[in-house]
Amino acid sequence: MTMTTSLLTVAYIGAAILFILCLGGLSSQETSRRGTRYGMIGMAIAVLATIASAYVARSGLPYILVAMVIGAAIGLYAARIVQMTQMPELVALMHSLVGLAAMLVGYANFIDPAASAQLAPAENTIHEIEMYVGVLIGAVTFSGSLIAFGKLSAKISGKPVLLPARHWINLVGLIVVIAFGYRFVTIHDLQAQMVAMVVMTVVALLFGVHMVMAIGGADMPVVVSMLNSYSGWAAAATGFMLSNDLLIVTGALVGSSGAILSYIMCTAMNRNFISVIAGGFGADTSKPAAGSVTPAGDVHPITAAETADALRQARRVIIVPGYGMAVAQAQHTVYQITTALRERGIDVRFGIHPVAGRMPGHMNVLLAEAKVPYDIVFEMDEINEDFADTDVAMVIGANDIVNPAAQEDPTSPIAGMPVLEVWKARLCVVMKRSMASGYAGIDNPLFYKDNTRMLFGDAKKMLDEVLVALKAG
Amino acid sequence: MSLLIGVPKETYPGEKRVATVPDVVEKLVKQGFRVAVESTAGDGAQISDDAYRAAGAEVIADRAALWGSADIVFKVRAPSDDEIALMREGQMLVSFIWPAQNPQLMQALAARKATVLAMDSVPRISRAQKMDALSSMANIAGYRAVVEAAHAFGRFFTGSITAAGKVPPAKVFVIGAGVAGLAAIGAASSLGAIVRANDTRPEVADQVKSMGGEFVPVPYEEEGSGVGGYAKVMSEGFQNAQRQVFAQQARDADIVITTALIPGRPAPKLITADMVKSMRQGSVIVDLAAEQGGNCELTVPGEIVVRNGVTIIGYTDLPSRLARQASTLYATNLLRLVDDLVKTKSIDADAVDVDMNDEVLRGTTVIDKGEVTWPPPAPRPAAAPAPAKPAPAVSAPPKPKAHGEPSGPMSPGKSAIVFGGGAVLFLIVGFFAPRSFLEHFTVFVLACFVGYMVVWNVKPALHTPLMSVTNAVSSIIALGALVQIAPEVANASASMSRPTEWIRWLSVVALALVAVNMFGGFAVTQRMLQMFRK
Repeated sequence: MTMTTSLLTVAYIGAAILFILCLGGLSSQETSRRGTRYGMIGMAIAVLATIASAYVARSGLPYILVAMVIGAAIGLYAARIVQMTQMPELVALMHSLVGLAAMLVGYANFIDPAASAQLAPAENTIHEIEMYVGVLIGAVTFSGSLIAFGKLSAKISGKPVLLPARHWINLVGLIVVIAFGYRFVTIHDLQAQMVAMVVMTVVALLFGVHMVMAIGGADMPVVVSMLNSYSGWAAAATGFMLSNDLLIVTGALVGSSGAILSYIMCTAMNRNFISVIAGGFGADTSKPAAGSVTPAGDVHPITAAETADALRQARRVIIVPGYGMAVAQAQHTVYQITTALRERGIDVRFGIHPVAGRMPGHMNVLLAEAKVPYDIVFEMDEINEDFADTDVAMVIGANDIVNPAAQEDPTSPIAGMPVLEVWKARLCVVMKRSMASGYAGIDNPLFYKDNTRMLFGDAKKMLDEVLVALKAG
Repeated sequence: MSLLIGVPKETYPGEKRVATVPDVVEKLVKQGFRVAVESTAGDGAQISDDAYRAAGAEVIADRAALWGSADIVFKVRAPSDDEIALMREGQMLVSFIWPAQNPQLMQALAARKATVLAMDSVPRISRAQKMDALSSMANIAGYRAVVEAAHAFGRFFTGSITAAGKVPPAKVFVIGAGVAGLAAIGAASSLGAIVRANDTRPEVADQVKSMGGEFVPVPYEEEGSGVGGYAKVMSEGFQNAQRQVFAQQARDADIVITTALIPGRPAPKLITADMVKSMRQGSVIVDLAAEQGGNCELTVPGEIVVRNGVTIIGYTDLPSRLARQASTLYATNLLRLVDDLVKTKSIDADAVDVDMNDEVLRGTTVIDKGEVTWPPPAPRPAAAPAPAKPAPAVSAPPKPKAHGEPSGPMSPGKSAIVFGGGAVLFLIVGFFAPRSFLEHFTVFVLACFVGYMVVWNVKPALHTPLMSVTNAVSSIIALGALVQIAPEVANASASMSRPTEWIRWLSVVALALVAVNMFGGFAVTQRMLQMFRK
């Protein structure tokens, strides 16, 4: 049974529609699960139709089966054991797989003379550019994601590594890639082309490493979503190379999705995309930060028992979680506190900053994991105006996203960045391990406000104590 | 020798407060001060001498000895003539003074060459809130006003339906939503009453609401915020409109609590005799402004009177009627002041020398070593204090675009550039690219747009699932591997030297990698989405 080309095309169109529905389903929690199922069906149709088509000979089936089974086993296992706090790492690692696969497919296509046998010269040139670009994007995605994975899982230091003259290094890399690209397209000797391809791959891999190494921890959400975008473009480039419209459509969907996420993240940090990619936050801004006036004043510490008292007496509470909550794995305790307070009739809500955590939407997933109902979890724009009406705002392991300097101090490096206005609440309890500054490396005037109380210590431990005190009282 | 802080017993008739409490004594001692308390000073606030002793204070029976030995004297009420006679040169006195109303007292104090810090003159800026004793006392007064009203009022505050019949809730009207007013609103509403409140400063409406009250606006356009977060005198037209609102509310309310004060002026007469007459029998008015003449025309300062069946409470010592709480808060305010004095080195091992460069201390100090330093230079224009309209801070940061909102029209110039650039790009592509490429290009560009439209609708809360699902979907690259593992079409051109094995293994590895992604990505997305629940 072999599918005709027409049937295959129709199957591809069906798959493309299902993929669009899949992304569209994510517009609300209710439809999201169905959306994912559409995605799975689409994927199954695409793969099965391809296997059944004239492009795959029977002799290839065993190879396909073995490869798929091995991959599926690993993938499903990883999906089952991964902790929700490790989602960013997992996603980064998976991006690197897509990148690597795109690279390998590109190479396979390149060494296959049959692929370009029937092409006219102009088409052949285009085809070669497509191959070249496909491998290029694949390689950057691969190495970049791998480094991002290392940074997110703390296997590599999260600090930006800034080589001297790093912009020049990147520029030279770009020139080399373009020069070899020109050579690759113009010469027609397989050996020489191979040399160009390999040189480009090495440069692209180094570029990916270098790019992500230079980015600081707080910019990780941008990088992860950017790599997400790249993995899409890699798929689209492969689609061009193989003249496969489904690959192009899907790649474009994923690519634009990642690009939009990066854009949202950048807006949320009031940074432009170029500056995020060009270099680490801490490094570029340390000078103005040192120069700006450090807010002098008293820090008022508070104990866990007093925090529990304040919460018990409050009527409206907003909890603002940050990466610190993820690190301390405190989301379950947060949920228990939430339940305890809600049982007392206290209105508890969550305010999530777009860049809280290490990837877009990270906090939402953690809270969801801890069974916090999503209808009390709000985004910044929805909840920011309510702080004035709030009795207690509890900040758990967040810093830069609640820094009033963004609004009050025009010289601050984060000036203009939208922040959660927790200081407008009657009382603001900040949980923090120490007075150390956040990733942006700047002092936070919030800590010195008169209505701010600092609860020092590990977030999990402190929250446990608050919970105990809350239940006792 | 460390400084001695002396706390004499208050001498004003009926005053039950005391300027320090054992908890605070302990902290002062920890800071290196010695503390002496006059015997029975804490009686009115139910604090025994033993409690002071246990906290580390010395208890002295002889008043003159206490005044004579103390380097710093803490008091609540301004000193009497007798007490002033006991003061010595260089001594520091901290208490309420009211310099504007008491010029003679100021002269007498200056003559003793003392340094006097007036707790009523603490500047109203954020940094000084922790030592703002006026607010502490106002807070207590507001609470106590409700308690007094409840005492005089013959009914429940909460409405309820009992076996014996229906009880309507009490209606409380609070005039002036300052610290005292807000405390009264909070106390009354937590007792279950229906609370309405009015203030000339419209920006306090939110605060009223947050305490459980309903804000009753005066339908007249005028901004009532004065310097330092206090109210100011209003125009004639406004006052007329205000009177109408009050008359109407007075008719409706069971309890009226007035807290309207304008600094340095007699209290405005807001509740007229006619309004009192219109109130129901058994209603209660608590006039917190009694000391400044009262907001009600019929108020008798310091007393309870009944007029036309309406009880009018004019107590001027409400904080003293909650002596223990008032003493604790006042003592804590003093402790904070001491913290600042120590920090600015205004008091150290054995000397008292107030740092007049510190804004808060400068404002608080009314006499510096015998020299009258009141009034202080005008406060800096209210930036920090209070709810004065969200100051147009730092060129209001542009509100980030909400999700799903269209990105708004671009400026004509900008859109011209974008469209022009796009047109040129398309021209170039159209000029050079072969037809087969263009077909794919069409698909690509359209898909980008579809992606753009679809993804903008994704909730931010679902961004992580979005990333993992797009990641799973990008496994579509598997097709690229599939078609290269064993292409049937390749057989046709087998004549060419095709490195079949190489291609196959590259593809097999790629396929395995992608399969990890495909299955793992979808599985983990499902797992995540399953967690989202209402």
